[in-house]
Amino acid sequence: MLKQLIFLATVLIALGVFAYSVRNILLNISFLKKAYPLNRWGERFARLLKVGFGQTKILRFPLIGFLHALVFWGFLAILFGSFEMLIDGLFGLEKFLKILGPLHHFFMISGDIFAAIILILIIVFLFRRIALNIKRFSGIEMTHKAHTDANFALTLILLLMVSLLGMNMGYSALNPSEAHLYPVSKVLSYLIVNQNESFLHIFEQINWWAHILLIFFFANYLPYSKHFHVFMSLPNVFLSKLEPLTQMSNMERVTQEVKLMLDPSAPIPEESNDLIERFGMKDIEDGTWKHYTDSLTCTQCGRCTSVCPANLTGKLLSPRKMMIDFRRRMNEKSPHLRKNKQYDDQKSLLDDYITREELWACTTCNACAQECPVNIDHPSMILEMRRYLFMEESAAPSALNTMSTNIENNGAPWQYPPSDRLKWADNLYINE
Amino acid sequence: MQQRLIEVPVFSNLAAEGKTAEYLFWVGSSGSYDDRAKKITRDFVKILEKAKVNYAVLGEEETDSGDSARRAGNEFLFQMQAMQNIETFNAYNIKKIITCDPHDYNTIKNEYPDFGGEYELWHHTEFILKLIEDKKLIVDHSTFANQRITYHDPCYLGRGNQIYEAPRKVIEKTGCQLVEMKRNRSRALCCGAGGAQMFKEPEKGDMEVFELRTKDALELNPNIIITACPFCMTMLTDGVKLFEKEDAIKVFDIAEIIAKANAL
Repeated sequence: MLKQLIFLATVLIALGVFAYSVRNILLNISFLKKAYPLNRWGERFARLLKVGFGQTKILRFPLIGFLHALVFWGFLAILFGSFEMLIDGLFGLEKFLKILGPLHHFFMISGDIFAAIILILIIVFLFRRIALNIKRFSGIEMTHKAHTDANFALTLILLLMVSLLGMNMGYSALNPSEAHLYPVSKVLSYLIVNQNESFLHIFEQINWWAHILLIFFFANYLPYSKHFHVFMSLPNVFLSKLEPLTQMSNMERVTQEVKLMLDPSAPIPEESNDLIERFGMKDIEDGTWKHYTDSLTCTQCGRCTSVCPANLTGKLLSPRKMMIDFRRRMNEKSPHLRKNKQYDDQKSLLDDYITREELWACTTCNACAQECPVNIDHPSMILEMRRYLFMEESAAPSALNTMSTNIENNGAPWQYPPSDRLKWADNLYINE
Repeated sequence: MQQRLIEVPVFSNLAAEGKTAEYLFWVGSSGSYDDRAKKITRDFVKILEKAKVNYAVLGEEETDSGDSARRAGNEFLFQMQAMQNIETFNAYNIKKIITCDPHDYNTIKNEYPDFGGEYELWHHTEFILKLIEDKKLIVDHSTFANQRITYHDPCYLGRGNQIYEAPRKVIEKTGCQLVEMKRNRSRALCCGAGGAQMFKEPEKGDMEVFELRTKDALELNPNIIITACPFCMTMLTDGVKLFEKEDAIKVFDIAEIIAKANAL
């Protein structure tokens, strides 16, 4: 009974802290702009199955992608056991989901095997990050803190797997008739099988508690870590834009004004009482909820930056940095914005985090968005900031102002008269 | 074989005679004014004539699609261009549009619907393939038979609009040897000109994007590099010149090799 009460208390604390983190995220979303209407649910589910559960985009890097996919699928299998532990802990039961029969067997066996696989893979991943000099994990945005966060998250997963295997070892040794459900732990349990029953019991309990407490800690660490992608990836894929990558979002307000310019008799739209919104994005509150979820989903894998033509040719732009900067700025400003919508610290995402040089280096080739395993749309953030620069500050590179003026005056980006538009057709012969 | 002067049909002239055309050939600003791209435009018109396609152009009524303006951040200008073009399309009751420019293809197909303009779009690579498949165009196998050719995917055609195979199928019809760069299809490296970069100086870096992309192609020792975008054409031609390979390696648009294969 005491164990149950202690367990209940830890669950409530873990849930309470988690709810607080989620509340802040939802509040932050509430002061962001709309991105696009959420519809076409069938296509969204299909995409979730393919890109999310099927891990098709991470498999674009076949070897390391497959290793990651194993960890992802393994987590799904292990999740079943974690849910069972929660029920067991709350109601003082043991392996309650046994009532599911073969399904329970399936998840116990696969969870145990995956725990061992993940354990080995995490060691491989830590080795890659710490000992090998992998270019994808470097860059100006990859600070000491970012590396520490990554290694800490991996270490937590390592400990989660160690405690899970320890728990299964203890259980196998105590219940030899069920040991076949834990194929890896059964073998490992030969190490402890000669110990007396009370040792085995304590061994199993220590690992049980370690595992569940690590889960609670991990879940509450994630919202403050780049590893939050564990929670965010599937929703972000599900909510990602279904239109072609190169299709830019429309600015309705501009459409209304242009219609008025072209046809003064068009109905004048009602002005809202809110402050007039900025064109484009200068700071986080000009962003959409998708810019924010993208930034929360990014786990800094760097696949985007590794294929960016600007980055590959030594320019400042790094698409990964866009995501990191947006999230850092949100963390800095949102606690104040939640209290006071007009809060102004004389800083902004543009210039204080992201420089103009980065923005103007983008070719909008969409290689970054194509490569992102969790469907982050980096170009959208870049183009929104260019919209701000052009329309609010008239601060585009002068060559682009010239291009614009030419289009306005003669309908072409160069200084040629419209009357020359058909000149290419002069003296055109075909051999017949 | 004899030469015939092509009189390119223009919608306004057709309308004056009470006629119209099935397809609008959208030439685009590059295709109309850029000297290199104008050659592509001319060769593509020869293909349209050869296959007896019922087409016309807008001529002086065409104005910039607004793609580059939008990507430079000038949303006002883009929308004005878009609305103006849509008005022209609608005036001639245009439903089907062909273009050699992937940027304009993308903008008109995907972005004009936000202003009420919905059209059936054909990129010329798709359209040439359709002409071949419909037996309206027969491609001669001999001209490029021993040529080693690589194809550069334009970003707005490939990643943007998932057109990867049509250009390859067309190229293979010439009987050439098609070799792939290490980065191809959805992994293709940009030429460096998209997103209005065409019209500005590049930002500071160690090298030009077109230099890196041209290197990808040169690794294969091709005789010909093919692309399907006027911006890519400019960048890759510059790249080949940079490596002083312009005598050994030609850069062509897909319309040009088809026109050449058939000696149009």
